[in-house]
Amino acid sequence: MTAVVSQRHKPSGFRISKRVLPYVLSLPALLVCIGILIPFLTSVVYSFQRYRLSQPWARQFNWGDNYISFFTDPKFWNTLKVSLLYAGTTVVLELLLGLAIALLLQKRSTLNNFISIMLLMPLMTAPALAALMWKLMTNPGFGVLSYLASLIGLQDFRWASSPSTALFTVVLVDIWVYTPFIMILLLAGLRSLPTQPFEAAALDGVPRSFVFFRITLPMLTPYILTATLFRLLDSIQQFDIIYAMTQGGPGDTLTVFQVEAYLNFFQSTNVGRSAALMIILWAITYFLSNIFIKNWLRLRERARGQA
Amino acid sequence: MEHTSLLERILRGAALTLVVIFFMFPIVWIFMMSFQTNETILRIPPQLVFEPTLANYTALITGKLMTAAGTLDIAFMRNLWNSVFLSVTSVAVSLLLGVPAAYAFARHKFRGSEDIAFTLLSFRFAPALLVLLPLTLYFQKLGLANTYVGLIWVYQLICLPLILWIVRGYFEDIPADIEYAYRIGGHSWFATFRKIALPLAGPGIAAAGLLAFIFAWNNFVFALVLASADKQPVTVGALAFITSSGIQYGQISAAIVLSITPTLALALYAQRYLVEGLSLGAVKG
Repeated sequence: MTAVVSQRHKPSGFRISKRVLPYVLSLPALLVCIGILIPFLTSVVYSFQRYRLSQPWARQFNWGDNYISFFTDPKFWNTLKVSLLYAGTTVVLELLLGLAIALLLQKRSTLNNFISIMLLMPLMTAPALAALMWKLMTNPGFGVLSYLASLIGLQDFRWASSPSTALFTVVLVDIWVYTPFIMILLLAGLRSLPTQPFEAAALDGVPRSFVFFRITLPMLTPYILTATLFRLLDSIQQFDIIYAMTQGGPGDTLTVFQVEAYLNFFQSTNVGRSAALMIILWAITYFLSNIFIKNWLRLRERARGQA
Repeated sequence: MEHTSLLERILRGAALTLVVIFFMFPIVWIFMMSFQTNETILRIPPQLVFEPTLANYTALITGKLMTAAGTLDIAFMRNLWNSVFLSVTSVAVSLLLGVPAAYAFARHKFRGSEDIAFTLLSFRFAPALLVLLPLTLYFQKLGLANTYVGLIWVYQLICLPLILWIVRGYFEDIPADIEYAYRIGGHSWFATFRKIALPLAGPGIAAAGLLAFIFAWNNFVFALVLASADKQPVTVGALAFITSSGIQYGQISAAIVLSITPTLALALYAQRYLVEGLSLGAVKG
């Protein structure tokens, strides 16, 4: 103990200079992640190659061929269409539903707080496991939801196993898992809004629709933007729910980007096409995340300012 | 204070009831199924009242499934252990790497600091398969395929950005003056970090760790691509279990219940920090 105390007053031999210190502290974290950047570059290279795991001898650069062939490839257009449709539907529905629930729970009360905590449970369920839960509930033989559907006259409702309702079913699971995400962010936003504008409006007898559209919504916009972009970025890349539920099927009904790339890689072993698909998805997410980060930073500075 | 009509209160109540039913029903239903035998599960209409049985859980825990055709081995406990081991170790490694880095980003504005921080953040939003698919080929060459070390390394992509950005916020909230005062007393930066910064940011670090654990536990695609049966966590194992066990729906439900209980319990415990964690520090709860 005394040794430690005396050392403190002596200039120790080993001292990291102030300029180097931050680099030393952040370097390990960075190094671990740089290992991950190499596969990213490899993906870029693969996407410009004719590369099938089943025919390694035929591997060669074909430059843009993987990308050019997409233009005339109906499977690619299907992937793009389903991905955008999935992302668009889930985000819009989750935003509307999440906002509605946040408004219902806005007032702080024991019951409302209890419900908002309860609603977090779907969000904390692994999406892949959530898909399995819904798979059990929509089983045509004994599924409780199939039974309920038959009660309201949908005798042979096939949920995820019919091409016409598969998208509806996975969107429903996505809504179940992720609506609480939007709800909890908007609820925190709503509760952090200043009260004066609302008190003033109440005093003047302003109609409630006016208050909602002219005061609440504009003040909530940064939160709505951040929550929406967060979801959009995840939803366009959705894999877990769709893969666990249908493996992209039936047929190619649900072959969104990541599912299609996975199947291309492991089933048709077409590495080149798989990599090109991922690069296109990456370009989309890169574009979205640049918009996202600006909004997210603004909100983050505001949150830190409050602290 | 506020005038709400009776009709409005009834409508609000009805809407909230529907919301609670929609979001809670699947969990309650699977929980109930996990205590039923296959015969009661297959009965139509579905039964709300039944004789509960623990048979599904004993089958999972002992790893032996008695069927008419004979005894089947279930490796589900192995999956559960893999989930615990992978999540705990990944979070521990992430904390060791991420907390010092977060401190550096919060306290020192150095050249390239924001770029590095954003690069780490961008991992959170890049498509996972973009790196995972080439990584399978590399891992085979490096001998990391289907190893815990390889998986824990890749799990850093989930845990590190989360820990870095949340903990950074907590360090920024500590007034720098407190640290200066301690340093003027003749203490080294490390002593300051250990005695002042770490304890003050402690609750935030713990919350970030819990959240990173939840995300690591819930991850599916990393292990699906990189791990074989003996290293798979519950998320992948449960999917394989459905295909292999065929119609043992009671056991599948019990497996799902065991797989989601840890994250649900932790989420209830850490719910105060959840908003901040989910928005990577952008919104405070």
